[in-house]
Amino acid sequence: MSVGQRLWRAVPSSIKEDDKRLIIALLAGTYLLYAVSQVYLALMNNADVFPAVANSLQNLTFLIAVYAIMALALNLHWGYTGLFNIGIAGFMAVGVYSMSILAAPPGGSPPGFGLPVPIALIGALVITAIVGGIAALPALQLEADYLAIVTVGLSEIIRLVLNADYFSGTVTDPQSNSYNVVNLFGFKFGTGGGQGINTPTSSPASYLYGPSGDPNAIGELAYGIGVSLGVNNSVVNGFTYGMFLLLFVVTAYYVLLVRIGNSPFGRVLKAIREDELVAQSLGKDTRWVKIKVFMVGCALMGLGGILWQGSFGFVNPNTFRPIVTFYIFTALIVGGSGSNTGSVVGGAVFAAFLFEGPRQLARVVEAAMGGLLITVSGPGASLPSPNNFYVAFSTLDPLGWLGYTIGNISSLRFILLGVVLVYMMQNRSEGLLGHRKEIAASVDLSERKGNVAPTDGGETNE
Amino acid sequence: MNTDTAGSPEAKGPDELPDIEDSDVEKAAQETPRGLPLRVLNLEKRFGGITAVDGVSFEVEEGSLTGLIGPNGAGKSTTFNCITGVHEADGGRVLFKGDDITGRKPYEIADRGLVRTFQIARELEEMTVLENLMLAPRGQIGEKLYRSVTPGLRGEVIEQETEIREEVWETLEFFEIDHLAEEYAGNLSGGQRKLLELARALMVDPDVLLLDEPFAGVNPSLEAKLLEQIHTLREEGYTFLLVEHDIDLIMENCEHIIVMHQGKLLAEGPPEEIRNNDRVIDAYLGEDI
Amino acid sequence: MEIAERYSAGKRVLVEHPAVALLGAVLLYLLSDLILKTANVSIAPWGVHLIGGQLPVSNLGRFVLDGLIVGLVVGLAGVGLSMTYGILNFANFAHGDYITTGAFAGWLTAYIIGFLTLPVDPPFGDIFLFAESSLVSVVNAPVAIVLGLVASGLGTVGVVLLLDRWVYRPMRDKGGIPLLIASIGVALALRYAIVFVFGTSASGVTSTSDIPQFEIPLGDGRIPLDLHEITLIVAAIALMFGVHFLLQRTKLGKAMRAMADNKDLAQVTGIPTERIIRATWIIGGGLAGVAGFLIVLERGVISFNMGWRLLLLIFAGVILGGIGSVYGAMAGGIIIGIASRVSLVWIPSDFARVAAFTVMILVLLYRPEGLFGGVKTA
Repeated sequence: MSVGQRLWRAVPSSIKEDDKRLIIALLAGTYLLYAVSQVYLALMNNADVFPAVANSLQNLTFLIAVYAIMALALNLHWGYTGLFNIGIAGFMAVGVYSMSILAAPPGGSPPGFGLPVPIALIGALVITAIVGGIAALPALQLEADYLAIVTVGLSEIIRLVLNADYFSGTVTDPQSNSYNVVNLFGFKFGTGGGQGINTPTSSPASYLYGPSGDPNAIGELAYGIGVSLGVNNSVVNGFTYGMFLLLFVVTAYYVLLVRIGNSPFGRVLKAIREDELVAQSLGKDTRWVKIKVFMVGCALMGLGGILWQGSFGFVNPNTFRPIVTFYIFTALIVGGSGSNTGSVVGGAVFAAFLFEGPRQLARVVEAAMGGLLITVSGPGASLPSPNNFYVAFSTLDPLGWLGYTIGNISSLRFILLGVVLVYMMQNRSEGLLGHRKEIAASVDLSERKGNVAPTDGGETNE
Repeated sequence: MNTDTAGSPEAKGPDELPDIEDSDVEKAAQETPRGLPLRVLNLEKRFGGITAVDGVSFEVEEGSLTGLIGPNGAGKSTTFNCITGVHEADGGRVLFKGDDITGRKPYEIADRGLVRTFQIARELEEMTVLENLMLAPRGQIGEKLYRSVTPGLRGEVIEQETEIREEVWETLEFFEIDHLAEEYAGNLSGGQRKLLELARALMVDPDVLLLDEPFAGVNPSLEAKLLEQIHTLREEGYTFLLVEHDIDLIMENCEHIIVMHQGKLLAEGPPEEIRNNDRVIDAYLGEDI
Repeated sequence: MEIAERYSAGKRVLVEHPAVALLGAVLLYLLSDLILKTANVSIAPWGVHLIGGQLPVSNLGRFVLDGLIVGLVVGLAGVGLSMTYGILNFANFAHGDYITTGAFAGWLTAYIIGFLTLPVDPPFGDIFLFAESSLVSVVNAPVAIVLGLVASGLGTVGVVLLLDRWVYRPMRDKGGIPLLIASIGVALALRYAIVFVFGTSASGVTSTSDIPQFEIPLGDGRIPLDLHEITLIVAAIALMFGVHFLLQRTKLGKAMRAMADNKDLAQVTGIPTERIIRATWIIGGGLAGVAGFLIVLERGVISFNMGWRLLLLIFAGVILGGIGSVYGAMAGGIIIGIASRVSLVWIPSDFARVAAFTVMILVLLYRPEGLFGGVKTA
């Protein structure tokens, strides 16, 4: 029995059997781990403990929430319907850019449509759904691996078009030779090209708290609490937004997807994943269903993109490279595709342990080694940080190797990701949670009128 | 038997097949007596240079248990696939309940009440037996996404789901696989899969059931059980077209038999007629039957 | 009679595959436009520009030549991608990073040889990390280039075989999608292992100051061509002929073709599957590595994501030529390369890759068996 299995056995079954408890327990454990390590870091670096912990946790909350959101959206395509869509980054880009262009002021550079943000948001979702519907057409006739190539190609096409100077709208003087504003039926707009584009807000919390210079009553209260704890306004804002995403948006996505999954519609999705010809032979118009599911899933990805990449005030096309898609896929695969609970768990595990984890670990190791060196060799000693591989490894100094490794943890993180993907595919393609019976029906199928239901329903297999 | 339009298939080579005009179909449809839900006219299918089905015509009578037999490679499964829209026929027509369904998509054909099973049972493996059966019924309002998701509209969906659930359990009991209800279909044995497949097809509430070798790989006792159930269902009014290469089984159970050989219709008629047909005997010579 | 038949065939295409017909019409228009443009003819009745314009033949020539250079690299690298797709049945997303691996293995070797033979004296660390820029060329260190070329192939083969052993071999019985996902993992791990050692910045490695330039006269102008480009063209074409010889004349090649055609049948007839798979990786990986070395020779710059950036273009070539076909991959690569450059006649350079990817998607949709139709040549 592996260490993982032993750990899993140690988890009380009351937690394992209830999805909500499982997610809450996982989040609580993760937060505790980060809080403890952050306290240690703050003490080692002589920083204030509480602000350091708060800052770390607000970052973690945001990451967990966005990856859970995206993994849930992908689960509709890949987990439920078996549609191998690896163009997620492209659909996120369509969402973020549509909203930004619709909301940008007409006189700006690039010019936009000047719509109020909520309308721009709805418009962006509609546009993403339409683009998703078009992208679904290949899915009607292609096998999964061809669809993968088509969708990744499409996402690169989207990124390259957004990146092109031709539509950027940065030169607004019609007399100029390099005039590049798009004119569609008299509406003028541009993408910003390689320079990127402004999104409507850099601080989504300001919709609740009012502008940061002049907060409203709720803002005053929240910032006041922050000040009393030694936490600055931007951390308060970040925490507020992260919690909004985690508590409301993730929950809303979860509820929506459970509803979609546990319904006659969800049954058809599953049937398409298992064997499309069987579904057709039972009279299901699978083509229409695939188009619908592509549209809904893409709209959810677009919204996820808006809430994530669209929340920094600025975005450029290179934010939407295929690597983002692979992050999300890894999150879903780690959690267990096909399961909505698995998607959330995967998002949390990916964000906390694969994405942010190595960096946090590197910080802790660096601080610990620094402390150790000071105790051993006196004050002023610190871990060497060689500036390249050759220097680090030709000195034959293990501390130099460690220092270089810590300094380059971001590339090691990608290697870890790759290894995890390969490991999961070889040994545990069903993800951490394994196969879960999330029965696709709006009613409990084991229940019957007048008859006693079999009692072993809902138990995880194995 | 009704063989007025079918003619004698081997009398005409593939080149002399009459073009079937739309008016012919309309005429055939108008002439279709109520008792003939499925009619196949001059069906033709080629793969590359090989003609797998070569101008086959036959009819299936309402409430009958019709058998389609022939040695391996006779074109039985291809005929099935052409009827159910899995393959696109290269020529000929398929009429179902008087409508031309040639070239229709599989789901359209199934939706009209012509439902098939597969030679190698195709289960939806990572769905439970219950889910497999719940999937099948036609006209599920919850298959419309907005109905399943919008809070105010879910009541009707749940009501319908509850009704379907009752039917599903009854069907499971009829086939005596209710103890497997919560099992993944992928965990079922070969014979259980055949039962599940028939049960699932039945849940569509079809008028005509096309069974592609339902007894292949099934042990004798289960075979007897399946046959008994098919007979019971037939008495309830279902129509069956059965593909089999086991000639004895068909002889004993079907009242009308169609024999195919090398893509062509070889003979047609009641069992005793087929038994004494020289051409059938010739075709099966050397075949281990 | 014949004309009538053709007419009816054309009519059928128009009715049954309107998208194919439209694509054909667009291609026909572009081709005639190109001919008219080079002939300096412009047809614009009533002031509306219909077709034609101005395009010096030498400009077109340069586009074609550039495209050929890119296309040869794409085609060479595509051979391996197509072979693994045909024989192992999965789309290998790590193939681009095999190219990068080859480039780094080859150029590290070339740099070390250059360090040993050239009259320069940088610290070895600068050699190792390509920090000493523009060190070698075909003229000043031909031996370094040749050995680098060999090392790029051998180094990649070594890495590819190790990866097969660790990653793909335990998964032989799994489907195409788990293998595809695992290959994404391999791609990430390989790419960032290179970053861990060599960093993320691009380095200039070839010396272009002393290499001879040639000029091919064409029409009213000249097409410049340098020795590195000639080296690339010659080496790539020679390797393609080598692959052709291997497939047609050797027992191994015949076995590989049989296996690409029908894996089960090949196994039944006693072809040693694992040995064929190893040979596939060796040939495919080696060619990818060499392609990486050659493209760096021509462009002069090496960077960690060069192969990944080429990958989709290579997929486009392979799909165009028909997945699983070796000759299709070569031809498809060359077509994609030339088309992506000649497209600059009509569209801004920002969209060259967009056009290539669009073609790839259209081919997958309307002619998934590739341009040369369904016949698997290897």
